[in-house]
Amino acid sequence: MAEIRLMKGNEVLAEAAIRCGCDGYFGYPITPQSEVMETLMARQPWTETGMVVLQAESEVAAINMVYGAAGSGKKAMTSSSSPGISLMSEGISYIAGAELPCLIVNVQRGGPGLGTIQPSQADYFQAVKGGGHGDYKLIVLAPSSVQEMNDFVDLGLELAFKYRNPSMILTDGALGQMMEKVELADFKPRWTNEEIHEKWGSWATTGKPASRKKNVVTSLVMDSDVMEKNNLRFQEKYRIIEEKEVRYETIQWDDAEFMLVAFGTSSRVCQKAVEIARAKGLKVGLLRPITLFPFPRAIIKELARKVKGFLSVEMSAGQMVEDIKLSVYEAGSNVRVNYFGRMGGIIPTPEEVVEALEEKFSWELSYGVKRSY
Amino acid sequence: MELKDLIKPENLVYDKSKVQEDVYMHYCPGCSHGVVHKILAELIEELGIQEKTVGVAPVGCAVFAYNYIDIDWQEAAHGRAPAVATGISRLYPDNFVFTYQGDGDLASIGAAEIMHVCNRGENILVVFINNGIYGMTGGQMAPTTLEGMVTSTTPFGRNVDLNGYPMKITNLIAQLPGTSYVTRQAVHTAAAVRKCKRSIKKAIENVLDKKGTSFVEVVSTCNSGWKMTPVDSNNWMEANMIPYYPLGDIKDSVKGEPVSKN
Repeated sequence: MAEIRLMKGNEVLAEAAIRCGCDGYFGYPITPQSEVMETLMARQPWTETGMVVLQAESEVAAINMVYGAAGSGKKAMTSSSSPGISLMSEGISYIAGAELPCLIVNVQRGGPGLGTIQPSQADYFQAVKGGGHGDYKLIVLAPSSVQEMNDFVDLGLELAFKYRNPSMILTDGALGQMMEKVELADFKPRWTNEEIHEKWGSWATTGKPASRKKNVVTSLVMDSDVMEKNNLRFQEKYRIIEEKEVRYETIQWDDAEFMLVAFGTSSRVCQKAVEIARAKGLKVGLLRPITLFPFPRAIIKELARKVKGFLSVEMSAGQMVEDIKLSVYEAGSNVRVNYFGRMGGIIPTPEEVVEALEEKFSWELSYGVKRSY
Repeated sequence: MELKDLIKPENLVYDKSKVQEDVYMHYCPGCSHGVVHKILAELIEELGIQEKTVGVAPVGCAVFAYNYIDIDWQEAAHGRAPAVATGISRLYPDNFVFTYQGDGDLASIGAAEIMHVCNRGENILVVFINNGIYGMTGGQMAPTTLEGMVTSTTPFGRNVDLNGYPMKITNLIAQLPGTSYVTRQAVHTAAAVRKCKRSIKKAIENVLDKKGTSFVEVVSTCNSGWKMTPVDSNNWMEANMIPYYPLGDIKDSVKGEPVSKN
């Protein structure tokens, strides 16, 4: 019988980590996600599953502890919020370059700089385009409920090991602080050192037994030809991820003439906006990308051939809207893609979204869309 | 008598450790890195810990340390080796984990990480190569560069008003209760090499006994960066570096006790 509880998003991240057999959490306090480490420290998982929890001296150190743990084949994770993720970006780039699996959680707050402590989605570019230096991608999961905060910890680590690539849960202060009903997962045992040797012995620094060659975890390659081969291999990996790991949800899209596109907290606002718009007789649907990288390009291309417009609803100055435009362009469609959003830690209201839709698509609402194909 | 007649086990007076890889080193002739690598490889073999040893290489000349010692390695970002070693050591508490860092890596960009790894008393060995200069990037000033010393970024000599003072970071480390053994050694003479090896051996044994952080500074030469011959480098080091960075044990205690001789 599954355990059902009322929990905060941040607390659930901690609980899910313990239950999915995570080996190590390394973090540094920052609002609005400090409850993750606080919950872990109070739960004392080292007495229960043997999971290590350590408060690092900085986000810089925390992500490098994750590097060390991940490089030894262990399930390692960290969590932070926007300014902290910026500090971690060096380490994340090294982790991607050394092809290490780990989970990074970004409970976003408004920026730039110290910004606000209220929820935001302004780290979209940083999350999906790489963030640190060099050509790399993270697998980015965007939960929209406390339940998904729970589910994506295990999923994020699973995908990370499947592709030897860092995963990120991109969420925000609202989902981190909000309490909802959540069905907790059953406990999965941590991998034993023997299992790690068995599964990841080809790369993990477990200590070199006489039976194998030494493993070296590094992102350094001095020879350009070899480095380019690595780059090409990474790009091929990202292509396969784009092919196989796209996840999204659609709401009322069968007859939709206009599609709202939103993830995380803003997608919850949009669910209500769809209801309000439908009550007004507007045929509006919602596309909720669950993976931000890989971005659900195929469904947008399909929709681009039938809808009259897309409205990207974001808690940022408009970042995901660029990826929607790229997909619409790839589809050879000329439907318009607009953006509506709020910044500074403000969550848009459903009424604002509907109002923006009517205003930005007044031409299409009156005359429809001119199709050129 | 021909050469082949001489090559017999009973005539063997010196042998390269099997843990040391049979490859050319990229280090300059006269550089201390090669000697310290050799000591580490010999001790890993002598103590029989090859299967449980994980090294963390720095950024700097020793970035390629992983090419020379036949153990599992991780290559860390600049200055972050202590944090990487923490992640490994916490999850494999029975492994022997060490970092190998230069002065730019450890005392400048990684100053926070090294202080906190030692303060937490992580059960690791830190090998700290102090040659007072950035070797890999071409001879720039390090935190440990002596006053008046010419480097590519202090072309008129290190001016303490402009650049601050040469940092005795090992003495700072010795104040931290998380450390058990803190020592400063060199490898410029045969006697010094033997003494350094004894110190590193003791440090490794401390880690195997879970006594907290052991920290071995090796005052080293960088003849390319110093623009001297290997012999002149050794002489210059003895005349200038060692008086400022005197050799010997600074702390030999147990974790939790802030005992320091300086």
